[in-house]
Amino acid sequence: MSDASHVSDVVLQTRDLVRTFGGGRTLFGGQKPTVYAVRGIDVAVRKGETLGIVGESGCGKSTLARMLVGLDRPTEGNITLTGSDMNDLIAHDRHALSRRIQYVFQDPISSLNPRKLIRETLAGPLRYLRGLSGEDLNKRLAELMDAVNLRPEFLDRYPHEFSGGQAQRVGIARALAAEPEIIVLDEPVSALDVSVQAQVLNLLADLKKKFGLTYVFISHDLSVVEAVSDRVAVMYFGRVVEQAKGRALFDKPLHPYTRLLLDSAPVPGKRGLTVEDASAELPDPLAPPPGCAFAPRCPRAQDDCVAKVPDAQYGLENHDAACFHPLNPVTSA
Amino acid sequence: MTSTAVTGPNSNPHTNAKKRSARPSAFKLLARNQLALMGAVILALVVLIVIITPILPLPDPDATDPAQRLLRPLADGHFLGTDHLGRDLLSRLIWGTRVSLAVGISASLVAALFGSVIGIVSGYFGGRTDNIMMRGIDMLMAFPYILLALAIVAALGPGLMNALYAIAVVNIPFFARNIRGVTVGIAHREFVDAAKLSGKGHIRIILTEILPNVMPVIVITISTTVGWMILETAGLSFLGLGAQPPQADLGSMLGEGRKLITTAMHLSAIPGAMIFVLVMSINLLGDGIRDVLDPRLKSGALARPAPLTRIDRTDEGAGTTYPDDTVLAVDELRTEFVLGDDSYKAVGGVSFHVGKNECVGLVGESGSGKSVTALSLLGLVASPPGTIVGGRVMFDGKDVYGMSEDDVRDIRGGKAAYVFQDPLSTLHPLFSIGDQLVEAIRAHNAVSYKDAWAKAVELLGMVRIPNPQSRADNYPHQLSGGMRQRVGIAMALANEPRLIIADEPTTALDVTVQAQILKLMNNLRNDHGTSVLFITHDFGVVSEICDRVAVMYAGRIVEMGTTEQVLHHPAHPYTKRLIDCVPRLGEPDRRTSAIPGLPPAVNNLPAGCAFADRCDRVEEACRVGSIAFDDLGNGHGVRCIKPMEGADV
Ligand SMILES: Nc1ncnc2c1ncn2[C@@H]1O[C@H](COP(=O)(O)OP(=O)(O)OP(=O)(O)O)[C@@H](O)[C@H]1O
Ligand code: SF4
Ligand code: SF4
Ligand SMILES: [Mg+2]
Repeated sequence: MSDASHVSDVVLQTRDLVRTFGGGRTLFGGQKPTVYAVRGIDVAVRKGETLGIVGESGCGKSTLARMLVGLDRPTEGNITLTGSDMNDLIAHDRHALSRRIQYVFQDPISSLNPRKLIRETLAGPLRYLRGLSGEDLNKRLAELMDAVNLRPEFLDRYPHEFSGGQAQRVGIARALAAEPEIIVLDEPVSALDVSVQAQVLNLLADLKKKFGLTYVFISHDLSVVEAVSDRVAVMYFGRVVEQAKGRALFDKPLHPYTRLLLDSAPVPGKRGLTVEDASAELPDPLAPPPGCAFAPRCPRAQDDCVAKVPDAQYGLENHDAACFHPLNPVTSA
Repeated sequence: MTSTAVTGPNSNPHTNAKKRSARPSAFKLLARNQLALMGAVILALVVLIVIITPILPLPDPDATDPAQRLLRPLADGHFLGTDHLGRDLLSRLIWGTRVSLAVGISASLVAALFGSVIGIVSGYFGGRTDNIMMRGIDMLMAFPYILLALAIVAALGPGLMNALYAIAVVNIPFFARNIRGVTVGIAHREFVDAAKLSGKGHIRIILTEILPNVMPVIVITISTTVGWMILETAGLSFLGLGAQPPQADLGSMLGEGRKLITTAMHLSAIPGAMIFVLVMSINLLGDGIRDVLDPRLKSGALARPAPLTRIDRTDEGAGTTYPDDTVLAVDELRTEFVLGDDSYKAVGGVSFHVGKNECVGLVGESGSGKSVTALSLLGLVASPPGTIVGGRVMFDGKDVYGMSEDDVRDIRGGKAAYVFQDPLSTLHPLFSIGDQLVEAIRAHNAVSYKDAWAKAVELLGMVRIPNPQSRADNYPHQLSGGMRQRVGIAMALANEPRLIIADEPTTALDVTVQAQILKLMNNLRNDHGTSVLFITHDFGVVSEICDRVAVMYAGRIVEMGTTEQVLHHPAHPYTKRLIDCVPRLGEPDRRTSAIPGLPPAVNNLPAGCAFADRCDRVEEACRVGSIAFDDLGNGHGVRCIKPMEGADV
């Protein structure tokens, strides 16, 4: 698949990850419909980098993210965290897993228990994952609030008294409390106002530098992903369709879907988006098409596209796309 | 919609202390509800008497005295008279009430305990656990209620304790189902996942994350069922299956009195009255408790809003004149919300106009008043709590706030149409989209169903729904988000409006779909000469579709001009910083600088410039008195005393 396994600084890696929902048999022996949320994903994350994952709603981003932190289990394939299998980690010591990889949720308010003080929410990971109590715990709480630029008196407030940006800082503080190496951020700024978005993005950048963190940054917003990522993977319908290092993906997209995404994003000060034909049907997650999932919408589609699923070789340094007829000739990096 | 105005104040940390004290306490709320208070007082009285019963100077309730039988109330030594065995009725009533109350409350608590455990476990774990437990509950519920209670007592034998068990068991399913429903909703919230990642186990999550959120529902359910349980216990005793002679409870007293109802009515009337008083007071209090604990009821969400926003104007605008082809002219519009003792100036004097075939953008952060402005235009802000307190809106040359309710309703969906962010909020889930379009058309035009249907299909084609003939039969849930939004636009277009008011119509959509919708709206504008008021927070979208743009901050327009002027030469420091803080595709290395702090709460606006606390150009003069909106020429205007001249972005 990829050369990632030979490189020692890969901290998180997935192989042929598949997650389906539903399925099985009904009471009368009929087949229940199966939703294919994630359909075979290989990604690798290096220590200290930010891997950006971008895709539209329903493409399986959140499902992937939840599997990466152990909130959900893959139907097929596996995830390894510096060499150890995620399933073993979950079975043996869930706490050890949560001490290494943490999650920041999309909706800052609903990820905080409305009936608990911020102090209690933040004390959870400190107490159960880091074994702190008493004076040590209080000291650490103050440090955490300081790290995310919140005033310490906010500890004794309830979530509804916070703005979205403040609540998201608390969410980040909760992730930091476990002192993880990796943080999976699922649309961390999508629910925030633009002026607050920048505050949180800057905070995340500072924290990464300060604590040597590794990020998996998931978003539907291309410009945000472009600004924060060292490598970027584009997802479409449960698969990674293109992956590249640095800005290559934005400068020279290979996959027609990436091109479409880039052309559809409105940019301040510019006019004239290219728009695809409105009649293009999106693929049905209950019945994935046999060949390339993008084929019904693809202007470059040919006969071979619907016959077979295009494959790609995603490495840590190269730029590749799962497409039979990519836009620019592939140049290996 | 209106929530933008209501959430605004939350965003400011400085007002939180104030807000906390402004929010009435649960007890105050309860006290305000007079019926509930009455219930509480009566119940407290009864409970007090019942608690001190053993030390009251009452005769033995079971001591018979045949010589004194069937005395009328107010008889000597027997205030309420005596029964057929000559026992003192007052004493029996009070001791009986004590028994009934104790049994009813215990039964509720037992039912609540078991029901809640089943409900929480079932709702939290879901899957097979849930299935098995809920099928068991369903089986219990399949039996008629009283039959089940009778069967249980029949099996266990009559007696008060057994009646208690029967009542409790019969009520467990009710609790279990209620609590399960609530738990399912909570167990899927993100904070439960967050707790798992914090290293908490299942039991700890149930006890510390789920239970505190379910508790209000448990309390509500107990307080609303305890009255019924007392009635049910009385019912079983009445049938002779509960309290056994000579012990008194309200039901058995009623049962004994029944036999003599013609000769000594007071024997049944007195316990009957007691049951009435008890159940009434408990139910009144229960409803009061529910109102306090259920935030939906507290906020008055169930109160029917007025069809037209309340208008209570102190002025009718500055009387500015606008060009001839103006479709919509807004002049110093002010809309306020009164919540508790606070008034939120959601829209604090907004003026702009939209010309024929023009698209004007209204940009700002959440809480800046964009949506309230849009809703105020045709009086769609919910009243209470909203009131239009000043200004004027001219639509097609007529004063909207001077019109009759019917005239305004005629404009809505007719000459002016709204498109909202969430198309599901305007589409009815149970009707096909074709039918809904037909209804929209026929509400404003006298046409046959068939013609209207043809028009509906044409509209769907116009918004580029593929295969409109068959799609017209679809229900909203069968369409993707993008298609639903197109149907929303088709609805807006149904009566060839002169103005479309679109409130973040593409915010919830994917970029590829957003691009399609924007193009669609542009085409409609070109083909039909429609005017558009487009609300968004995205400058990229503004560039794509708007001719002119107004930037809102804390309820006022701070800058207005052509898209070119505002985006390339912003004059207001806020506009400039707002543009700067968004990362831009293709310019990943451009410095994105955050704006420090938060917008001020609109219930606590500063005297001077609302942006002063966040502005890096602020000076003394900015904080004194309100800042005027200055004309910079060529239709460019700004509300700042130190505008940035020709700043390039
Ligand atoms: N618990 C579930 N049961 C059934 N289907 C599910 C479940 N969770 C996700 N799915 C389906 O899996 C697919 C991917 O969902 P996912 O939430 O990962 O998308 P996403 O890319 O995060 O979208 P968004 O940007 O809207 O959050 C969707 O088709 C979704 O309906
Ligand atoms: S494989 Fe074919 S259909 Fe798929 S993206 Fe490439 S060219 Fe288009
Ligand atoms: S008026 Fe003063 S504080 Fe307000 S934006 Fe202008 S310079 Fe800044
Ligand atoms: Mg998601």
